[in-house]
Order: sequence, then structure tokens, then C-alpha cells
Amino acid sequence: MGKTLFEKIWDAHIVVEKENSPSLIYIDRHLVHEVTSPQAFDGLRMNNRSVRRPDLTIATMDHNVPTNNRTLPILDQTSAVQIQTLEKNCKDFGIKLFDIHSSNQGIVHVIGPQLGITLPGSTIVCGDSHTSTHGAFGALAFGIGTSEVEHVLASQTLWLEKPMPFEIRVEGKRKNPYAVTAKDIILSIIKHIGTSGGNGTVIEYRGQGISDLSMEQRMTICNMSIEAGARAGLIASDEKTFEYLRGREYTPKNYESLVSLWRENLKTDHDAKFAKSFTLHIDDIAPQVSWGTNPGMTCDVTESVPFPEDYSKGDPNQKKGAEKALEYMALTPGTPITEIKIDRVFIGSCTNARLEDLIEASKVVKGKKLSPHVSAMVVPGSQMVKKQAEELGLDKIFTDANFEWRDSGCSMCLGMNPDILSPGERCASTSNRNFEGRQGTGGRTHLVSPVMAAAAAIAGHFVDVREMDLN
Amino acid sequence: MKSFKTLKSIITPLDKVNVDTDQIVPKQFLKLVQKSGFGKFLFYNWRFGDDEQIKSDFILNNPKYKNSEILVTGDNFGCGSSREHAVWALMDYGFSVIIAPSFADIFFSNCFKNGLLPIILSEKIVEKIQHETGEVEIDLENQLIKTPSEQISFDIDLHKKTILLKGLDDISQTLLYEKEISEFEKNSTIPSVL
Repeated sequence: MGKTLFEKIWDAHIVVEKENSPSLIYIDRHLVHEVTSPQAFDGLRMNNRSVRRPDLTIATMDHNVPTNNRTLPILDQTSAVQIQTLEKNCKDFGIKLFDIHSSNQGIVHVIGPQLGITLPGSTIVCGDSHTSTHGAFGALAFGIGTSEVEHVLASQTLWLEKPMPFEIRVEGKRKNPYAVTAKDIILSIIKHIGTSGGNGTVIEYRGQGISDLSMEQRMTICNMSIEAGARAGLIASDEKTFEYLRGREYTPKNYESLVSLWRENLKTDHDAKFAKSFTLHIDDIAPQVSWGTNPGMTCDVTESVPFPEDYSKGDPNQKKGAEKALEYMALTPGTPITEIKIDRVFIGSCTNARLEDLIEASKVVKGKKLSPHVSAMVVPGSQMVKKQAEELGLDKIFTDANFEWRDSGCSMCLGMNPDILSPGERCASTSNRNFEGRQGTGGRTHLVSPVMAAAAAIAGHFVDVREMDLN
Repeated sequence: MKSFKTLKSIITPLDKVNVDTDQIVPKQFLKLVQKSGFGKFLFYNWRFGDDEQIKSDFILNNPKYKNSEILVTGDNFGCGSSREHAVWALMDYGFSVIIAPSFADIFFSNCFKNGLLPIILSEKIVEKIQHETGEVEIDLENQLIKTPSEQISFDIDLHKKTILLKGLDDISQTLLYEKEISEFEKNSTIPSVL
């Protein structure tokens, strides 16, 4: 029987295999950031251990860095300590660090691909659940906890139980790809399979709806695999993948010979079997807006806030969850989504802050002004994205419309730095999680695509971006 | 890592599904650079209101549950971020066992690195245990939950059970495979980053 792409990568990385126990899997790339690593380095020190492969390890600071006035000292003392701790750890253990002043600094999942560090067929880990992003390149990439960070630093391996391969087919063609984006595809998928629908699996996204996407859009899809509970999500590499990585700063010298290998081997065999399968037809899907407190609580922009009994389909726990979510979100069932007014807009995060995202959002904003009762910020995914966007004049388009234009970082996706919502504020956000308090205690998050966020910023409430004239 | 011993305690019922790690430890508390001291931040936004005022209607604030070591909760516990701080907070607060119908993958894996025992049982049995007011005994060796009225058995992967019972340190075990790891590296096609 044939193998799935995931199984091929898995098999190629087995160091030790034992019956009925986890396998020891080799890790090709380890990305490190300031929040989930300090305790891991401490563990190494306590046990007198070194980092086995500093040459496979890259660090940056993204979670709690300020996104403005980087020349000033960091006011939040605990953030400053965490950042200094990473600097010291990288120095002590010989790890390459893109610090806060580096032109390569950015959200770890944005800079990996941008620098050519992410490679097809490789295993990639980071102490961050959105590591699944790198799966867009046909890599097996997943988030790990701090103990595992320490384990990888010390041994370049992990003991892992083999997840099941889960096929998600995305079929058809979007009628208006500018308005119905990769974000809407992945939110639709999570809406259907639920936030635990992917537990214990590695998703492979397949079908025309996926191969039609650009690399940056594919990253948006794989990024949110974890929101469906999956360990990882991946997409087979193709010519778009190889082209994207060609000639980047850290692209390997023998890249073309690697490409020949990948072109030949890195795909699911015709007779491979998946443990599960789900198909989404995208011909008619609408832009999505989340209404609740997990990413599965999402509906079409043309719909209304659901009644808990309709949403839960008879499951009492789901009904209770929906009631609680609506209470937290201060939403009344039956309210049309387009009548929900917003206070804030956040365009950023490892889900949607790459160059294409900013270009698409800028088309909506160009020549218009922010709604007077809304404040909005654009936080590029990396300093390199920021520079490229500025070369295209996007910063001017956004600031002319009264958006704030910031330096890169995770920012208000999780509000570990000063970029947070105030209690009760409602935000149209291009990030990945609408959990209670995620963007600030008491803050209310609606997940949308960059164009939907931009359109809401101008209108002051959600609008169906398909109805806007983007030319 | 501390080895897991048999324990006896009343249970704390947390009747919620999809409890995410942002709820378990809100992000403003992730900035510590050590593993200890996270207990006071556990379920912070549910336990405390503005000005750190105690929310008396939240179950953990009921003095009855003060010494409980067993949390019984709903589906998909620990979903969301990979932060191991969630496990550190639960343990530092005093929990040693979490019982739920299902757990998110990364959280589940993080539990075993720290000596926290996650037990998966059917929704029906979890609901029954949630209503248990007497002391409950957790016997990992025999994979039994003993309530005043009955004994419930649970499944656990043998490898994981051994790790908890012996309190094994993963890394020292792994480094015994130095030869295999070096051999793998010799044949790897993925080049260094630098």
C-alpha cells in the first residue's frame, strides 16, 4: 500500500522505533522564541547539557516585543527580562538570534519561510502551536511544550506517537478570490469539523482549491490547523513552493538538487489511505466572521448570530458553550452579522500579516478613511514584510486612512505586549484565536480575513466585502 | 521529575467544554522565566474580577474545593496554545489529576513531562464522577478510580504510565541513543541552516 506525504516524512525521520511505544523522531529545524524557551535553557544549565545542533536552531523575539518606538527601552520589566534572557541564552549556547533590532526580526512563523529556513520534507518544531504554518511547504511542522523544547535542544529529537493522516479536500473555484480568501476557507473547515475535529491527526490539505492558492495563502490555511485540534497541517510541495524558497538568505546551497529529490518523492501515493477524510466545496462560500469564543463558532457574513439551540444541534454541552460565548461576546441571537459594530481593527499575526495580506487589505482601504469611532492598527508579520510593504507605499495608504502602521511582532493576536483590547471592546481581527480575553481581558474578538477587517474598519461594522468595488 | 503516587482527594467539577490554555493561564502571566509560581494565575480571569476581587461564583473559589487534587472537566481540555505554563499552573495550584472525555494533543503531551496525570473517560462516566462528593482515590498502578460507591477502570498507554510511575527524565533516556542519533545525522539530506 502507498504512503501519505505525512507518513513519508515521518518514516524518513525515525531514529528509533519500538513496538507499541513512541518513536524517536529527528528534528531538522528548531525555532525558538522568548516566551516558551527560558525554562528549557535553564533545564540544560542545571544538567550541564549543551545544545546538540546550534546550526539547526534559530531564535527570534516576537511574542512580547513592542511594535512602536523600538529605540526606547522596553517599559514592561517582565517583558524586558524575558527578552534579555533570550539574548543571554542564545549567546551562551551559540544560537543564531534575530534580535529586536535585526532586519530579519519578525513573527517566527513568518520569518522561517521568508528566510528559506523552512524546507519541504523537513521536520520543524517550535514552542508555539502555530508552527503548523510551515506545513504549507510540505514540511511536518508542529508546536511543542517547553519540556520538549529542552529535549530538542539537548538531543535534536523528540519521542512522538504517530498521529493519523487526515485528508481535507478543498474542491472548486472561488467566484471572487479577492473577497473570499484562504482565511475564509480555513474558518469554513473549522466551522464544519469543529475545534477538536483534527485531534490526534496530521491534516493534508488537497484539491484544486488548495493548489490554486499562493504560498502565503497556503500558510494561512496550515497556520490554523491547530485551531481544528490537529497536531500539524501540510500541503504537498509544488513548483510554487520551490519558486518561493529559491534564492532566499538561508536557502541551502544545494537547493536545486534538493528540489529534484522533493519533486520526485514528496507527495501522497495514489493508493495511500487516510484515516479520515472531509471535503469542502468552495464555489459558493461566503466571507466568514466568528461570533463566539472559539474558531469553530463562525458563520457567513450574510448570516445572523445563531441561536444556541440551532448551533448546538441537540448537544447540551455545545448549547451551554454557545450561551456562554454569546454572553461574553454581548451578542443577541438573530442579529445580522453586518449590524455588529466594532471598536478596533487588528491586521496582523502569523495567520494574516504577510505581504499579500497587506496588499489585499490596502486595496480596500485606499482613498478611504477609518470610521470615526474605530481605531485600527496594521502590524506586519516581519520587519522584512514591513520594508517590502513600505516600498510599495502601503504604509502611506494605511496611515492616510488613519490606521496605525507598526513594527512587527505577535502584538494584539495575544496581547502580551502593550497592544491589547480594553474590557468590552469589540475587534475585527485577522488573527487566529477568539478565546475569552485573548486580545485583552474582557476584549471581544471576531476572526476575519484581512479584506474583511479592512472593510469593517472603514464601515465601522462588518460588511460583505464582495459588495465593495475593489477596482 | 517527581513520580506519581496514589492519591485520595475530593474532586473539583469544572463543567465546561473546550477550556483553552488562554483560560488556564492568561498570557499576561507567561513572562516569568522559571517554572514555579504559576498557581496563583490559574484560571485567573474566572477566579478574579477587576482589582483582583474574588469571584465567589467560580468553583475554585468555593473553600470546599481548596484541597482538591482532581479536576473533572469537559471535552477538549487544554486546547489552543502550546504553553506548558498551563500544566505548571494546574500543578502549582495543587492539581495532580485531570479527568475529561478528551484532551487537546499538545496539552496532553505536556502533562506527562511534568507528572500531571490526564485521564480520559467516556462523557457519561465523567458526568457521573462530576457529581461525586466523597473522596476519590486514583490508583495509577492498577488504573483504577475508586469512588465511595464503585471502582472505575481507565486506560493509559503503558509507556506513559511508566514515565509517571517512575518519574523518568526523558532527556537522559534519549541520550542513551547517541549512536543512533549520530548515525541518522550522517545520512540526513536536510542541510544546516547556517
